[in-house]
Amino acid sequence: MVVPISGKTIAEKIFSAHSDSDAHAGDIVVADVDFVMGQDGTTPLAIRALESMGVESVFDPAKVAVVMDHSSPSPIEGVSALHTMMREFGKKTGAKVYDVGCGVCHQLIPEAGHVVPGDLMVGCDSHTCTYGAVNVFSTGVGSTDGAAAMASGKLWFKVPDTMKVTYTGELPPGVFSKDLILALAGRIGVDGATYMALEFHGPVIDALSVDARMTISNMAIEVGAKAGLMKADAKTLAWYEGRGDRTPNPVDPDDDAVYADELVLDASAIGPQVAKPHAVDNVSPIEEVAGTPIAQGYIGTCTNGRLEDLKVAADILRGRQVHPDVRLIIAPASKQILLDAMEAGYIRDLVEAGAVMVTPGCGPCVGTHNGVPSDGENVISTANRNFKGRMGNSNAFIYLGSPATVAASVIEGVITDPRKYFTGGEA
Amino acid sequence: MAITAKAFKYGDDINTDYIISGKYKFKSNDMAAMSVHAMEELDPHYFEKVSPEGGFLVAGTNFGMGSSREQAPLVLIGSNTKAVLAKSFARIFYRNAINTGLPVVECDTDLITDGDELSLDLEAGVLRNLTQGTEIPFPPLPPVMAQLLADGGLAAHFREHGGFAVK
Repeated sequence: MVVPISGKTIAEKIFSAHSDSDAHAGDIVVADVDFVMGQDGTTPLAIRALESMGVESVFDPAKVAVVMDHSSPSPIEGVSALHTMMREFGKKTGAKVYDVGCGVCHQLIPEAGHVVPGDLMVGCDSHTCTYGAVNVFSTGVGSTDGAAAMASGKLWFKVPDTMKVTYTGELPPGVFSKDLILALAGRIGVDGATYMALEFHGPVIDALSVDARMTISNMAIEVGAKAGLMKADAKTLAWYEGRGDRTPNPVDPDDDAVYADELVLDASAIGPQVAKPHAVDNVSPIEEVAGTPIAQGYIGTCTNGRLEDLKVAADILRGRQVHPDVRLIIAPASKQILLDAMEAGYIRDLVEAGAVMVTPGCGPCVGTHNGVPSDGENVISTANRNFKGRMGNSNAFIYLGSPATVAASVIEGVITDPRKYFTGGEA
Repeated sequence: MAITAKAFKYGDDINTDYIISGKYKFKSNDMAAMSVHAMEELDPHYFEKVSPEGGFLVAGTNFGMGSSREQAPLVLIGSNTKAVLAKSFARIFYRNAINTGLPVVECDTDLITDGDELSLDLEAGVLRNLTQGTEIPFPPLPPVMAQLLADGGLAAHFREHGGFAVK
């Protein structure tokens, strides 16, 4: 083990511990990874890369999982063949297979306790940065990197510089963690943190639930970051109770850690934010886009498909109706969340209001199934990306907002400020 | 060894959905079939223009932002793109390019106009704009990446060395 050394960021400490070296930003290290994940858009290429490497097994079957979430259940025979390939890979290597309907990889991996605070993990999906919210240095890699990690349990990394982002003040009613990260994207841009890790701090982060924190870390990649790290606090450790048998090893930054950049944002001054087509940093306060007609709403994804997201939507939609010219599609992020939301009555509220439930997984986010928009249509979505063509049609227009913003908007058929449902208490 | 080809120039923040749309990447593992759709969202004729004689894809900042899909560098290779030259790259794309054997060069692409004839010698570290008669400097690849690229990508590196043999 490495002796603790002062002056390090969370990223530098995790890389030091995993490479048995004194790692500092800019160093290139070969590090041990605690877990490797792939999904159905990337695992088939990783399997092919393993074949090309001449590798027949994975370094530790308990530390590898593959998830069918992006196009699942299969809409066409090509995807069916890829899913079969993944199932056979699981049988051959012993890697954990999450089959259709289990949920989105980025919900399943922490939910099952596969990763714990202090870990280093890689996933063949760019939103792998999500688990930074639970103090895991997790980052997205391509299929060949994923294959190398599955084969050897190691990968080379450049230890990133860190940008420290502190949210001060207090989150106003009707404003959510999604608005905080969209505000950051609007401020620093889609390449504002390229090659860097983000560290999120401050009273606003401390006050958020683990679910809400994941929304922020999930979108670290949308400003180019390699990771979106937070400290593990009592809430994090409580969240891990009953999730697997691994012991968390929380990693705090040193007080004298050296940051490449520091940014302070006043959450009290942030209102609901909307990212307009076709870029995640094309962000406006909701007042500037309110009234824009929409044809489809989507609540779900690795960004905002968690229980409290469904609760916020159900609280707004309960006893109300989705506008007749609008479709509302909902995909819970996992089977467990679907069950919990059923138990709590949210699913009944949402379906009675006119929502269409689809399989736990990525839903229509990636344009493979479950609600491809038509030419010229505007979509308001809780996802993390609004690139042209993202939902399967380059002639559609995607706006991104919080679950509350989507729920408020689908009722009126136009982009709507959700704060009216939060002033003076319950909707 | 120098590669000589024409420059095909595009803008900033070209994301992986533009390089290859998600709707194609989930259909199959057949890169040859997928490659005809390379860069389609930005330029529906990219494959027809580049594939016959090969070309350099030239871009501005943050090339390859977005998804981790390795299909992005693979369809560029499949469309006979010899290298990507950009002012900066998104990190996952950059790694994927090296790992799959697609050369990536960080340089001042303001010095290149669409249609210019370029000559790139990666080993010697020389990029020439033959049309304008200029030489464009670029920093050398870090040793780890240079070795992976020289070995023909990460899979080939593993095949040859039985694991990581870098550093």
